[in-house]
Amino acid sequence: MNAFAAIIVRDVALAFRAGGGALQAASFFALTIVLFALAIGPDLTLMQRIAAPALWTGALLATQISLEQIYRPDREDGSLDVLVETSDTLAFVALAKAAGHWLSTGLVLIAATPVLALLLNISGAALVPLILSLLIGTPGLSLIGAFAGALTAALPRAGLLIAIIVSPLYAPILIFGAGAAAAGAAGDPQYSANLMLLGASSLFAAVISPLASAAALRFNLD
Amino acid sequence: MANNAVKRTSLYDFANPVRFEAIAGRVFPFALFGALTLGALGLYFGLFNSPADYQQGDTVRIMYVHVPAAWMALFCYSSMAASSAAGFIWKHPLADVAAKETAPIGAGFTFLALLTGSLWGKPMWGAWWAWDARLTSVLILFFLYLGYMALWRAIPDKTRAARLAAILAIVGFVNVPIIKFSVDWWNSLHQPASIIRADGPTIHSSMLTPLFLMISAYMLAYIAMLLAAMRNEMMARRLARLEDADAVRPASVVEPGAVRT
Amino acid sequence: MPDVAPFSAGLTARNLAVARGGRIIVDGVDLDLAPGEAIVLRGPNGAGKTTLLRALAGLLAPAAGAIQATGERVFCGVRSATKPALTVDENLRFWARLYQSGEIESARNRLGLDDYAKRPAGHLSTGFLRRLGLARLLLSSRPLWFVDEPTSGLDKDASAIFEGIIADHRKTGGAAIIATHETLNAPGARQLELRNAEAAA
Repeated sequence: MNAFAAIIVRDVALAFRAGGGALQAASFFALTIVLFALAIGPDLTLMQRIAAPALWTGALLATQISLEQIYRPDREDGSLDVLVETSDTLAFVALAKAAGHWLSTGLVLIAATPVLALLLNISGAALVPLILSLLIGTPGLSLIGAFAGALTAALPRAGLLIAIIVSPLYAPILIFGAGAAAAGAAGDPQYSANLMLLGASSLFAAVISPLASAAALRFNLD
Repeated sequence: MANNAVKRTSLYDFANPVRFEAIAGRVFPFALFGALTLGALGLYFGLFNSPADYQQGDTVRIMYVHVPAAWMALFCYSSMAASSAAGFIWKHPLADVAAKETAPIGAGFTFLALLTGSLWGKPMWGAWWAWDARLTSVLILFFLYLGYMALWRAIPDKTRAARLAAILAIVGFVNVPIIKFSVDWWNSLHQPASIIRADGPTIHSSMLTPLFLMISAYMLAYIAMLLAAMRNEMMARRLARLEDADAVRPASVVEPGAVRT
Repeated sequence: MPDVAPFSAGLTARNLAVARGGRIIVDGVDLDLAPGEAIVLRGPNGAGKTTLLRALAGLLAPAAGAIQATGERVFCGVRSATKPALTVDENLRFWARLYQSGEIESARNRLGLDDYAKRPAGHLSTGFLRRLGLARLLLSSRPLWFVDEPTSGLDKDASAIFEGIIADHRKTGGAAIIATHETLNAPGARQLELRNAEAAA
């Protein structure tokens, strides 16, 4: 197994062990949706209409809560030194860390989505575009989020700071993602355009985020 | 070697903090005076010496405050990113300080653009905030400024803060066009087209004079505020260094010990 | 060119300065580390031992001067780089994959961790956690070791194991720089003392 895969496997294992954040993110996601439903009242038509944007926003917020855990523990316990001294290109380490975060957060949230969509009275035809948009968009959320985690790796309580940093950067993915989910449900021809823009945003993040994360990590080694 | 030394000296001179202080001190009053004069002139032309809009009436005069502020919001973010890149590459503290001190000024212009946009929107749309595409982009830009400033504040070590904030500024700058595009896209799907337009056929030549005066005034105000803020920051840093030097022991040196057996 | 000696040894540092918090804390370091050599780095708390060691290991950019290493470097700090939720073997296996080398059984055996192979690292005592951290040096199969306070928290037996590991490493042509406050039995090791610049002058 090469180092890239080893980092992903270890991070996923850690996320699902005791003290890991994978199930916490899924629970947080479910709770935001339930609280949201409680806030709007049992109006099934209204729920159906706002299900996709609510699920997208919930997934985005649930992604944010575990961003702090991507680099800070590794820096605190010395693992970051090991990652740095064993990598020729730190950007690949950063890509592996983001991938590990997506597998243990984004994918878990997507697995929970059908059940939560059911609670919000979403139709079967609307579920497919929703899941597809999340599959394409959440990797971008993990990538951008990992960059914010790298920037703040040396700060003890960075949760709120990370949220402030990533939220504006998340705007395009939220717009294209929720837009694709809504257009797909309505049979709107803009569906595929939204999906392509969403994919482009995630790909762009896949290029920029590892480079920027690697640069940031170098200044967080002391 | 000699060639190299000469090059170093000239580069040092170019951004020498002491020389900066002297230049900043001389430029500041002119910039401030120019900003106030041009601003007063611009407001005069805008409020009294330009036509009212046939649809919007006198409300259109908010444009002379709003549009240049929106331009400055973007200009300041760009120059913040440029200073950040310069500070990151050449590791010069003056570039770091310029980037750092541009942020609150840019955020101020952004806030002014949001405030006047909202005031303008009320009679137009009947709501203080109608999620107009341009204004929404400016709002997200405002949050980008906040994130940048929050990162600076959160990191106690100034050198590290400068490098990390520079990376964020550059990443933010690269994302600005994408955010702008996505918000326009979002708006075109959900809302009718924007009515706040600084371009297009509705602009009258008599409107250009006050617009030009106001943008010049804002630019000079930015320069004046930046120079003042940079001088303050440089002085604060020098003071901190002096206090530091008194309190902290000098650097360690290595003493080779005897070979132990 | 300035008049410095040409790089020769496994590690050469010339006129090195390192900074912490934007301030130079160690200045004017010249050192050569040849294959088979060991240097014990000493100095009071706050003298900059760890920062210097991290710079020599290539983890921190020096504030001034030059470092040249002919051979791969591994840094082992006070923080053990272990994950408490993973077992001893899982921690070792992860490192072996990153360094693309090493047999985890022999490293584990050498540090006396065989009985704990399947235990989560979080259940280990301080001393055994330290042993696990030191096992990474063996796993890395790298010639240049930079070790910070290796024996703090270790009992006599474990310290002896570590001294044996260093001796074997040097016999096979490896070299090490070890920062410590404690007595370390390393025959023929040079000592470097970090001293306050004012007091030394």
